[in-house]
Amino acid sequence: MDAVVNWLLMFLPRAIRQGVPLLFGSTGEILTEKSGHLNLGIPGIMYMGGVSGIIGAFFYERFAGDAYIGWLAVLITTLSALLGAAVMALIYSFLTVTLRANQNVTGLALTTFGMGVGNFFGGSLAQLFGEGGSLSVKRTSEVFCKTLPFADDLGAVGTLLFDYGFLVYLSVAIALVVAWFLKKTRAGLNLRSVGEDPATADAAGINVTRHKYLSTVIGGAIAGLGGLYYIMDYTHGTWSDGGFGDRGWLAIALVIFALWKPASAIWGSFLFGGLYVLPAYLNFGDNRSMQYLVSMLPYVVTLVVLIITSMRKKREHQPPASLGLPYFREER
Amino acid sequence: MSEYTPVPAIELRGITKRFGSVTANKNVDLTAYRGEILSILGENGSGKTTLMNMISGIYFPDEGEIFIDGEPAVISSPKDAFDYKIGMIHQHFKLVDVFSATENIVLGLNEGGKYDLKTANAQVQEICERYGFDIDPTKKIYTMSVSEKQTVEIIKVLYRGADILILDEPTAVLTPQETQKLFTILRRMRDDGKAIIIITHKLHEVLSLSDRVSVLRKGEYVGTVNTAETTESELTEMMVGQKIELNIDRSDPQDPVDRLVVKDITCVNRQGVRVLDDVTFTARSGEILGIAGIAGSGQRELLEAIAGLQHLTEGDIYYHDPKTGEVEDLRNKTPLQIRELGVRLSFVPEDRLGMGLVGNMDIIDNMMLRSYRKGHSAFLQRKAPRDLADKIIDDLQVVTPSAHTPVRRLSGGNVRKVLVGREIAAAPTVLMAAYPVRGLDINSSYTIYNLLNQQKQNGVAVIFVGEDLDVLLELCDRILVIGSGKITGLVDARTTTKEEIGLLMTKSDVSGGEPNE
Repeated sequence: MDAVVNWLLMFLPRAIRQGVPLLFGSTGEILTEKSGHLNLGIPGIMYMGGVSGIIGAFFYERFAGDAYIGWLAVLITTLSALLGAAVMALIYSFLTVTLRANQNVTGLALTTFGMGVGNFFGGSLAQLFGEGGSLSVKRTSEVFCKTLPFADDLGAVGTLLFDYGFLVYLSVAIALVVAWFLKKTRAGLNLRSVGEDPATADAAGINVTRHKYLSTVIGGAIAGLGGLYYIMDYTHGTWSDGGFGDRGWLAIALVIFALWKPASAIWGSFLFGGLYVLPAYLNFGDNRSMQYLVSMLPYVVTLVVLIITSMRKKREHQPPASLGLPYFREER
Repeated sequence: MSEYTPVPAIELRGITKRFGSVTANKNVDLTAYRGEILSILGENGSGKTTLMNMISGIYFPDEGEIFIDGEPAVISSPKDAFDYKIGMIHQHFKLVDVFSATENIVLGLNEGGKYDLKTANAQVQEICERYGFDIDPTKKIYTMSVSEKQTVEIIKVLYRGADILILDEPTAVLTPQETQKLFTILRRMRDDGKAIIIITHKLHEVLSLSDRVSVLRKGEYVGTVNTAETTESELTEMMVGQKIELNIDRSDPQDPVDRLVVKDITCVNRQGVRVLDDVTFTARSGEILGIAGIAGSGQRELLEAIAGLQHLTEGDIYYHDPKTGEVEDLRNKTPLQIRELGVRLSFVPEDRLGMGLVGNMDIIDNMMLRSYRKGHSAFLQRKAPRDLADKIIDDLQVVTPSAHTPVRRLSGGNVRKVLVGREIAAAPTVLMAAYPVRGLDINSSYTIYNLLNQQKQNGVAVIFVGEDLDVLLELCDRILVIGSGKITGLVDARTTTKEEIGLLMTKSDVSGGEPNE
């Protein structure tokens, strides 16, 4: 019994930590998709969020020297991550909203672009200034990782619920706020109508273009926080090229799994996170193939959800009706 | 506002709207008062909807003025129209499917205060009770019937405080019972002091519902009459106007024999409406059979039924094969077999490219679309289709940089020439063309007319669905009139008059209003 509890106390926090980047990513992507834009550039945007964050932290650490202030470091790092991700999302919206380029192609290009730019800056910085060829912002990372002071005193509860850096709580908070926004506010209703039927929204006097831009850029910025969390908290402020892996794609899969509901994405992200780290906790010994098979689980689960919802054909569980389609008022 | 000199709720003076070289509205005047129902009557393409779109801010007039309550008004967006309390109920509903009725109704409103669905639901319920709508505000749109959706549209404009309501062909999608219900509600709103403008081409509805009628013809304003002082035939005359000579060469049919016998066919669409109802007629070789009717009366379904693309609920279609002399029942054949027999459909529906051409492919490849089954090699043989494409470009004077130009980049007229040319090249025995000249300039139209005439002289049975009565009268030999899926008349094009066809088109249209005859 104790063994199981201990295993869970090890496993669950890992699952949650693993899930947080996915949660940021899919909350951002849900917000974007609600405006009718399928942003496949999310992996690239998250990557850019990460690299912009570490660049911000790095330069602040270098220039501040002894005058280093923890909260200012966090602020600068977070702002630069938001900015980096938002700029990427802005490129995406300009191409797909204003120029009406194909969303899939644009998104995929942006992902490739984001990875390349990220590796270029991350790698070059490490080369130029890094100690031993690796870039590290330990000092700022420590601030990001700071847990609630009473976490250690609460035993199992503390380990499970309070032993995380602030970005973990922020991810849940943002998901809840977005869920509330979409469901309970007038602006959320307007935004959903843009994704469902832009012509109707337009006729109702809603500024379609503005909604599309805003939701794509804000969604991208939120997703960028996922990259920031990964760098500053998950890897404790160390940059490694390509370290972010396929988390961006998992975030997009999570959007489908959560049926476009940010609140469901919260537990979905922890489930995905759990499945993601599961291979490390199941002892397969030398059996590498089993390990890879288990890592497929998040995608398998997504496929199963897709199959079930497609079979049930419930309209509320379908993607926004005009997802992926460009809108042009004069084309009737 | 005094009792004796009422100020019009809305007044249009000299409104003109052009789309490129086409003038959709020319110098139109219109007045609507509060507490009355005004009908705008006109044939298809007479500019009714364009005019109303200008009042509701979707288009902006090129010339002319709009006055609301006597004050000059500039309506440059749907939002401006809301501000002037103008509400338009479109023919195609603008509703979000996964939203509830109330969510759709409050969509886009920026009222102050908290967003509160419960209060909004209650307000919607209140409007329903006031005018007698029967609808559940929390019901999702995708579970609603067409009539319920229309109700939501009407409540939507009422909720926004509209007191000038414009309804674009509201009865087109309704059953007779639903139409009666709508009319009751419209009368109640009129008595409530609202100005109601209803666009329609159904004469009996005009007569039973409206107080005054304004008639448009080919974009021009013809006049306004009081419903009480007019008759059906006077309105028809205003609507269709004088006959215009077109000088289309029409030869006499060469020994016509029965080619296609359509017998008692009925088609029911997915909504359970009888889109074709007991249709019987015969198309003969060497003759052009015109089909006249209000748009959406079943023309499309009729042609598709013959081509094997519509499922027939009842009835048979017999084809007399000129080569073998045998009679075949098309009902048991696949569309492909029907095509092989020589029944060709060059269908040009509402969208520009229409059925049968792929916009991104060039003319040659589009030629191949119809002959790909003839090939036996794994590789494309472009020789024959290239020759055909060149021949069509030559013969029909298709204006194109080359045969390799994507069809999408050609103008509408040239697209249609390519389409009709390809179907004719297959040496058909029956050629069906629906609206082949819609949106074409005069010269291109004549090219198409001549093509059809040539086919007729070659002994082809031509079926021509048209909307311009003048053309039908001069091009066809016989004209079949269709209304709400029923045949309402078969006339000799050489002796009939425009008025007769106009009356046949509208008269037996019994889908709404008081029964006439």
